Amino acid sequence: MRRLIRSAAPAIVFGVVGLTLWELVLAVAEPEGFVLPRPTEIMASFVENFSVIWTATLNTGYIVVTGLVAGVILGVVWALLVSRFRLADEMLTPLAIALNAIPIIALAPIFNAWYGLLSPTSNQAIVVLLVFFPVFVNTTKGLTGVGATELELMHSYAASKWEITKMVRIPNALPLFFTSLKIASSLAVIGAIVAEYFGGRQDALGQFIVQNAASSRYTEAWAAVVAGSAMGIILYLVSGGFERIATPWRPDVDAVVQ
Amino acid sequence: MTGIEAHLSTAVQIDAVSKTFNSGKPNEVHALDNISLDIADGSFVSLIGPSGCGKSTLLRLMGALTHPTDGTVTVNGKSADLARLDRDYGMAFQTSGLFEWRTVTQNIELPLQLMGWEKQERKARAAEMLDLVKLPEFGDHFPRELSGGMQQRVAIARALSFRPSILLMDEPFGALDEMTREHMQTEVLEIWARTGKTIVFVTHSIPEAVFLSQRVIVMSPRPGRIAADVEVQLGERSFETRESQGFFAKVTEVREALRFEEDAR
Repeated sequence: MRRLIRSAAPAIVFGVVGLTLWELVLAVAEPEGFVLPRPTEIMASFVENFSVIWTATLNTGYIVVTGLVAGVILGVVWALLVSRFRLADEMLTPLAIALNAIPIIALAPIFNAWYGLLSPTSNQAIVVLLVFFPVFVNTTKGLTGVGATELELMHSYAASKWEITKMVRIPNALPLFFTSLKIASSLAVIGAIVAEYFGGRQDALGQFIVQNAASSRYTEAWAAVVAGSAMGIILYLVSGGFERIATPWRPDVDAVVQ
Repeated sequence: MTGIEAHLSTAVQIDAVSKTFNSGKPNEVHALDNISLDIADGSFVSLIGPSGCGKSTLLRLMGALTHPTDGTVTVNGKSADLARLDRDYGMAFQTSGLFEWRTVTQNIELPLQLMGWEKQERKARAAEMLDLVKLPEFGDHFPRELSGGMQQRVAIARALSFRPSILLMDEPFGALDEMTREHMQTEVLEIWARTGKTIVFVTHSIPEAVFLSQRVIVMSPRPGRIAADVEVQLGERSFETRESQGFFAKVTEVREALRFEEDAR
């Protein structure tokens, strides 16, 4: 616990100083209009609209988590197939690259047409597509990046391909997988909120931001952005927690960022 | 096999073996040319030669990690591939090849796990092996917490854990400092004396080859051939061995054989 406080202290100090400066500069300069509200105003709006924002966060959170889980499973299974079967590599790797080359957010209005304007399924589909690629690329790299010595050793033990996958390739891929999970968790939040700009549930963060911004209530929009950021941070920390549990052999240099 | 019978038998028989990489392509390499070599059961044989002479390739052929273009490799009376499937080999390389996600004990247990040993047996055997390589208190450490020499000792413990009859070592001490290296050489000889394994040892250090082996096979490069087969009879090795006349004489003999090959090219 003490170590946690110690490692978090610089970030907290930096954040508080930053927010104070933001507050002071706006208080002194008093710019026209509502371009940038002060942190205290955003917080006040957050408290005032808490129940609406909370519901919206839960709804968006559902999209994020389900899309993230599905995208990660897809990416890992894809990586396992590609690293194990040459034919799968030849067929599926180009497909993955092609899918990733699509500007995925641009599909949001099209998916809305497929699944219905108010259906959250289209938002989930966007998240899945965004998330799967970094997971696929990193996990594949970890699965295939096993040293020649390690492979020769396994051959000398007459290990089967499956045993090599299970005992060498998968543990070798875990660190890179978790790196990709951290990237994916942030991407999932971004993808869900932006997808919601175009459709899906009306009581979700994306719609809350769009509607408030459209009627110039920027402070409310900022309050929802804060909620989205908090969700991203929580998912990142949860990913890091899983990483520490799953890869206990790695040096404890920096549990959060590493 | 016991007693006299084991002593007389051949562990590795290499018969007219050639190996060509990238055959028929512009980057074709004749790694080995018509090599024949018998290695007696329980003996300690070193392969020495300049880099590119195919000594590692020859070792890999014995371990069925690669296959000859021509000729046959017979190990314990069967093909090298069968011997591999029967787990007749323990291997150690220049890099330890320890799995970083497994503790030292778990690394030593890995081959045993693959061979279906019970958990209790594995634990007992790993402890026994750690005693053998003098690291009894390091079982729960991860490899990165160990020095290079310690990692190599664990790698040797792992190679011996499942009681293979032959130990194939490819420059296992190549990355170690001189002091650690000499220490490890003494330990390998102790292990050899205690276990009676056949050991084939690839090195490019002349003193190392002479100190360790009963026989030093000197190889010449491109294509790899056997240039000399030097018998070393220095009796039981000790600290003084490295300073004895007999040792220097053998070092000179091997060095001359290597130089002769250089000149002949």
